Parts: sequence; structure tokens; C-alpha cells
Amino acid sequence: MFSRSYRAAITLPPLLWVTVFLLVPYAIVFFYSFWSVSPGQAIVHSWTLNNYCELLRVGVYLQTLFRSMWIAARVMILSLLLGYPLAYHLSFHAGKRKELFYQLVIIPLWVSYLVRAYAWKTILGSDGVLNTLLQYVHLTSHPWNFLLYSPFAVVLTLTHIYTPFAFLPIYASLEHIPRDLVEASNDLGAPPLQTFWRVILPLSIPGVVAGATFAFVLSLGDFLAPLLLGGPSGIMISNIVVSLFGAAYNWPLGAAISFCMLLLVVGLLFLSERLERKWAFR
Amino acid sequence: MGTITQSVDAQSAQAKPGSSLLSIREVSKSFGKNLVLRRISLEVAEGEFLTILGESGSGKTTLLRIIAGFENADSGEIVMSGERLDLLPPYRRRVNTVFQNYALFPHLNVRDNIGYGLSVTKLPKSEIASRVEQALAMVKMQTYANSKPAQISGGQQQRVALARALVNRPGLLLLDEPLSALDANLRRQMQVELKSLQHEVGISFVFVTHDQEEAMVMSERIALLRMGDLEQVASPREIYNRPATAYCAQFIGHTNLLRGEVKDGVARCNALSWRTGLRDGLGLFSLRPENIRPAVGAAAQGMVRFRGKIKNQAFHGATELLQVECTDGLLLFVRTSSQGNWRDEMELEFAAADAVPVRESHEAS
Repeated sequence: MFSRSYRAAITLPPLLWVTVFLLVPYAIVFFYSFWSVSPGQAIVHSWTLNNYCELLRVGVYLQTLFRSMWIAARVMILSLLLGYPLAYHLSFHAGKRKELFYQLVIIPLWVSYLVRAYAWKTILGSDGVLNTLLQYVHLTSHPWNFLLYSPFAVVLTLTHIYTPFAFLPIYASLEHIPRDLVEASNDLGAPPLQTFWRVILPLSIPGVVAGATFAFVLSLGDFLAPLLLGGPSGIMISNIVVSLFGAAYNWPLGAAISFCMLLLVVGLLFLSERLERKWAFR
Repeated sequence: MGTITQSVDAQSAQAKPGSSLLSIREVSKSFGKNLVLRRISLEVAEGEFLTILGESGSGKTTLLRIIAGFENADSGEIVMSGERLDLLPPYRRRVNTVFQNYALFPHLNVRDNIGYGLSVTKLPKSEIASRVEQALAMVKMQTYANSKPAQISGGQQQRVALARALVNRPGLLLLDEPLSALDANLRRQMQVELKSLQHEVGISFVFVTHDQEEAMVMSERIALLRMGDLEQVASPREIYNRPATAYCAQFIGHTNLLRGEVKDGVARCNALSWRTGLRDGLGLFSLRPENIRPAVGAAAQGMVRFRGKIKNQAFHGATELLQVECTDGLLLFVRTSSQGNWRDEMELEFAAADAVPVRESHEAS
């Protein structure tokens, strides 16, 4: 249908983009992960598995990885718990206000990530909005210091930031459910709650899986929220990678961790894809 | 307005002999400023096959959705077996629906789709299983019990949708243009199957369609709906032979509408005149094309004769539809058997009794 040169012309730019900005950097990271640093802080270009051994041997790396996954899991669950009812309400019961509500969910995405993270700092800090309020109503006499610089603050902030990402695919999948299926369920004697469990929820699983994947993967790799709000107990794996590439000047070890993260995420995406396909019926 | 048509109307608005199952009383519905149903009253008898026939926009689907409970009427009431139906939510009504696009649950296989309605009830599992198997057998879908809806054909999905509704033994089955997605051959086959199935289970069917031929073939009675008004409720035969309004006459089959003046029991339309029971004034008559024949011998009592010239001829297989111009310029359709011996110009006749007085249908508002 299209000429060879036309097809080449439209496929080449994205192909080039992917190669230069994704594949080549990944390859560089991959190679770095098998190199090492000399005591004189020079990269030694000889192959070694030391970085991967180090990763398994030094407890803090795995601990931080597991903490990151635990934070990401909590963010995922909270985003689903917030995003699903919101999406359900919008799709099935919002009526004419659908558009408005939808925009209200989308607009925060236009606000800089950094601004939203800082906003939580001013809310959760010891002189912050929340503590001032708590003291004002005499719920506490001292500011609650555990609010900020804790995994709690990180989970809260990431949930705030990534809930729209969980919401969007769920909303899309709910919008795709033919309404006559809901009517058919009612018609066959199932009250609204049963209709939800037996028809709407199963048919929205692909959206839930996609939303959960977004929330989990994006949180897992986040480094700004833990940096700004996490404190020592809220450090995540990306913070370690950043410091290894920066102050610690251990690029090979940083690359090894990065590469493990990449494998983990690719594995998750693969799993999510499989799940989505298993639950897609059209 | 003719006295004959009025008496016909009064008779046919009643359900056929036998107990009335569903009665729709003065139901009105509008969407915004758009009046969709205007004080509809209709009875459905026990075990009856009733078709609601109408063009798109006539309100037929809305009426069905009100019976099912997916829409609420603005006024009026619906009573089923002596109980107010319109006050119940859809899941409490003993009414099941076969949807236009079947609305089978894509994530459930054929067996689970059919068992869906029963699984909601508190019936013992063993009974549910045996009833589902019976339903599968009834629609000959046993071999596909474990298939997903996407894996079976349109006709098979149609059968599953039927079984899924009938397995609940509803008091009334609603069918929303269930055959419209099928191709012509399958459609005719399903018409026959559906009709015999209805006979077998003895449940009242309310069938919605825009296809007048389908309505004629399948129904015991037809309720003809036009722009939110019931034009006529009667058996197919009666609607065809005694249409109540000009719209009925034209929508069901071909007809000639003769507009004339009635004076002293004689209707006059151009050069034609015949005796009628109508009062003096303007009269509208439906004369079916097959009731006009070539005149033979001397004119008999009650026959109207005229000379006509064939202007057009359309071959329809078993019959032919001719367009005949009378000497005064009036154009009439005449249906004949194709073997007929027709000359370009000849003497024609029809029986005065076949010119059926009909009411004007009011214009689209």
C-alpha cells in the first residue's frame, strides 16, 4: 500500500530514537555493571561479577530494595483503593458531571511533581498545616514528628501522585463495559452489588492490572519523594543508585543495581501483560 | 371518523380470550421535551405472542425497557398478575429480556451464562445444574457448553441468550429485535424456531421489531406503534384486512389510499363511487392492490368498475405489481398473479366492501 521509502521514512526516526536514547544507554549500563573502580577512582575495564556479589552480600542493598517494593506495594494498593471507586463512580453514576470530574482528576497531573512533593512537606512538617491543626484542636500538645521523614510520608505522597495513573486505565476499562451487560445482569435477577462482583469487576480486571502496574513500577523507581520526605528510614533503592553514581562514585555498582531493577520491572511488565490478556474477552 | 373502525378498535385493544397477564395502563414517557410514549394502554394475555411493531423512533424499545424496568414511565402503571410491576426494580421482576445484541457475559462460558439467573437464586445447586442442562438441550447447545460467547456464531449466541432468559421460567419474555443482527436465511430459520419454542414453553412473548413481515409471520397480535401512539392492536390478519388508520394500511403491506367525499352513503373518489357506511364528509379508504381484478361479464351487485391503462409493471416472482391509470388520471396499484392475461388497457373492478374506511393518521408533529 505504501512505498518502501515511505515506510522507511516513518519507521526510521522512532527506531533511531529508541536505539540512541534507550538501547545504547541500557547497553552501557549493562557493560558498566561488569566493570569495577580502582582505589584511585578510575573505571577498570576488566570483566568481573563482583558488583553482583556485593549487591547480595551487603545487607543494605537488598533491604532497601525490599523496602522500596513494600512502599511501592502500599502505594499500589492505596491507589487502587482510591482510584477504583472514583473511576466506578465517574463511569457509572456521575451522569452529566462526568467530564468535570474527569478533568479534576487530570488537572493535578499538569502541576509539577516537585511542587506536589513540596506541598506535602509543608503539610506534614512539625510546623506544618496538619500539626498546627492537630494542636489547635488539642488532639496533641507536641507536634507529631513521625509524619514527615518517614516511609509513611513517602507512601502518602506517592499515592497522591500516582493515583491518577491507576485511575485512568481503570476508568477506560469501565467505560468499555457495554451497559447492556449491566442491564442483563439486573434483568436476570442480580441486584446491583452482585452485578458489580460478578460482571463489572471481572470485566475491569485488565484496567486494574494496568493501573496497579503503573502505580507499582512508577513508585518503585521513584527517588524524589524519598529524598524530600523519606528521611533516613524512607530511603528507596533509587536514592542508593543516585548516590552511587554521584557522591560515592561507584558507577559499576550503581549500574549493577540499575540493571537488576530493569530486569525486575521488565519481568513485572511481562507478568502484567499476561494477566491483562488472560482477562480480556474481546 | 368511521363507526366501523371504532368498533374494531374497541374490540382489539382487549387481550385475546384467556386471562390477561400484563396490563399496561396509560403509560407516558418523555425524554426532555421529546414525548416518546403517549398514554399507551395494552394488555398481554397468558401465553400470547404479541409483537410491538414500529419504525425507529416510534417508542417501541422504550416501551419494552419500561416493562423490563430499565426506564421509568413518567405516568401510568403496569400490572402483572395482579401486582404492580412498575414499582419493582428490574431484578425483582418476573420478566426476562433477550437483548438486541444478546448481551452475553463475555467472561462466562455458555453454561455459566445460562446459569447466571439461577445462580442468583437460592435454589439447590443440583437443581440449577439440571435446569441449565435442560436449557442447553432445548436450544441444542450442549456441545458448546464450555465455549465463550466470542467463540460461537451469531445464531448460536442468539440461542444462548434465549436459553439464558427462559431457564428462569419468567412470567413474560421480552425480545428486543433479537433477529435483526442475523442474515436473511438464518433470520427466517430463527423466526420458525422462536415461534415453535414459544409454543413449547407457553410463556408470553413480547417481541419488538421494525420488520412488518417478521411481525406478520410470528405474532398472534400486533401492536402497531407510531410516534408514541398505538395505531392499532389486532391480529395480523385483522390489521391487514381491516387497517384502522391510513398508516396501518400503508405500513403493513401495499395499499391504495382513496380519499373521497361521502354523501348519502355513497363515497366518491374521482370517477369511482361505491356504497359505504360512513357518515357524510370526507372519507379515507384503503383498497389492497390484490382486490382489484379484471372485470368479466356483467357487473355484479356491489362491484365497482372502471377502465384503466397499465403504466408500469414490476415483477415480484409469484405476483406482479401493476400501476394502472384510470381514465380520469387516478393512479392505482393492482397486484395480479404473473400468469394473468393483461392487456394494456382494460376494464377492472373491485368490491365496494374491499374499500376499507380508515382513519387519517395525524401528521408528524
